[in-house]
Amino acid sequence: MAPTAGARAFNAGELDALLQALRAEGWTLAGPRIRDGAIVYDEIGGAAELPAGWTDEQAPGRYRLRERDDRALFGYAVGPHAWKKYLFPPSERLWTAVRSGRDVGVSEEQAEPPPLAFIGVRACELAAIAVQDRVFLGGERADASYRRRRENVLIVAVQCGEAGGNCFCVSMGTGPAAASGYDIALTELVSGGHRFHARAGSERGARLLSRIETRAATGDDEEAVRALLARAGGRMGRTLDTRGLPQLLQANLEHRRWDEVAGRCLACSNCTLACPTCFCSAQEDVPDLAHARSERWRRWDSCFTGDFSYLHGGSVRASIRSRYRQWLTHKLSAWHEQFGSCGCVGCGRCITWCPVGIDLTEDVAAIRSGAGAAQQERREQDT
Amino acid sequence: MAAALHAAAEHTLPQFMRVRARRQELADTWTLEIDPGGPFEFLPGQFNMLYAFGIGEVPISISGDPARPERLVHTVRAVGRTTQALAALGRGARLGVRGPYGAGWPLDAAPGADVVVLAGGIGLAPLRPALYRLLAERARFGRVSLLYGSRSPQQLLYASELRRWRSRFDIEVEVTVDTAGPEWRGNLGVVTKLLRRSSFDPANSMVLVCGPEVMMRHVATDLAGIGVPPARVFISMERNMKCAVGFCGHCQYGSAFVCRDGPVVPLERLERLLGVREL
Repeated sequence: MAPTAGARAFNAGELDALLQALRAEGWTLAGPRIRDGAIVYDEIGGAAELPAGWTDEQAPGRYRLRERDDRALFGYAVGPHAWKKYLFPPSERLWTAVRSGRDVGVSEEQAEPPPLAFIGVRACELAAIAVQDRVFLGGERADASYRRRRENVLIVAVQCGEAGGNCFCVSMGTGPAAASGYDIALTELVSGGHRFHARAGSERGARLLSRIETRAATGDDEEAVRALLARAGGRMGRTLDTRGLPQLLQANLEHRRWDEVAGRCLACSNCTLACPTCFCSAQEDVPDLAHARSERWRRWDSCFTGDFSYLHGGSVRASIRSRYRQWLTHKLSAWHEQFGSCGCVGCGRCITWCPVGIDLTEDVAAIRSGAGAAQQERREQDT
Repeated sequence: MAAALHAAAEHTLPQFMRVRARRQELADTWTLEIDPGGPFEFLPGQFNMLYAFGIGEVPISISGDPARPERLVHTVRAVGRTTQALAALGRGARLGVRGPYGAGWPLDAAPGADVVVLAGGIGLAPLRPALYRLLAERARFGRVSLLYGSRSPQQLLYASELRRWRSRFDIEVEVTVDTAGPEWRGNLGVVTKLLRRSSFDPANSMVLVCGPEVMMRHVATDLAGIGVPPARVFISMERNMKCAVGFCGHCQYGSAFVCRDGPVVPLERLERLLGVREL
């Protein structure tokens, strides 16, 4: 998606006009708002519901909202939600089977999802959506439900002016600048007059911008955007050295670090639920009491649960050590072979929302540094 | 046939089919013959997702004859809730079928070479379609051997068919069991012991393996020891599966999605991983 027009700028007060223009075109708005002490993604009616004047403080196992000393609308990093909850819902019905006599009829779920406009998508989140696009749409087969939802989404990105304490998009090459995959990319400029810099990434994005009061972006606006992105990029809370990472992990499947992490990991699956790219799912069959009708539901699953690897009578991955290893090696190593990119976009959610503060950047660094490098002889000795 | 396979594989919804016959194989194992309502083309080694109404869905390999697509045959060991429900389906009952899925045994990979079919326990079920095809197209292959191991004589799958194959002159059949009473006159011990007794040419053979992972690990080592190139060894893997089309993530083994990249995989690809515990 190449920019289709010169960059524009508009006063912060005009943002609501953009949102209302979207609604007038039939889009339901999904954007950031404050709920339960966090900035979550939810349906919004307009700019008044955005978290004006709030930011988030993040550290391993820690997330707090804090008031800013300005009225920035997008002055935070990322919260516990990812956009995947709209594209790949936490649970959805796939089909319903109904018995009549000895015969059974099956009807597939066909409901058309409402057109959704995502407001405030971060660069790392654009990358995450692109990753899930490759998972669900990039192979020989496309996932029908994901495709229906994905084709009905418009994206308004907002580039980051702040870096969170667990952010490492710079290491992953995914941010803080939004490269592609948006209809409009905004940058919020607070000092020197609260305004937005706007770049269209599609025809419909350009058309929307033409419906509100904008002016051509000036050299000063451009410079302010550059400075803001440079500042955010320079303040990443975390770094991850990705050189040879897939091979590094494959060569260290028996590293002592896995045991150390397993000693802390609760296998609670928070990391996989907060992760914007984790795509594993379970299937559940839900019959009625008469056993005449049964529904097939798909819901998010996690490689940290005991059931996940169940195979005739037990779990293949009985230990937490093996589950954490599966998650990390899949995300950072196998993903490359499967989908042609890393599965991690550097958003830091898994670190923030881990109740015990497990930090994958630390684990990779420990494995890389050779700390505890003595390979454990854990080869199975069969009897 | 490729087009038909592709079209069939597009089904993500189960098609409900009628059980035509059910027969008990072992104490906990039944074979269902299902009426697919039309030819059900598949490749030896492929599997279907079988759905017990309102209970659950599991991957089960196809164990019938690929030359008889009007009969869909599955052998099910009743070990969990869903497999127990499937194994209990009587004549006339309906079950849901999705498939066929996955990569089969590459019977064309080594024309003229000796073929060794090496099975452990219920691992014979996904290999039976390959045996049917090997015997139907016997002239295309060198020596054909079936090496089969089971826990006891009572747990030998397809026993009458084993006897029938044994009486043929164009296939070598060797059977061994771990434990047996005094009435057993056959081989005792693990299936890998049969490798050295068999008459195939290690340097010019293809080996198809299915059984418990422990067994496959030993087989891999022993085959390397007698000089079978790992590129000529194919194993059928088993993992938890929900979707069977590479989206649910459950069946991952290293970078492989067993449902899509397998279940039959060249040993070469997985050899390094077979020794890793809890992968």
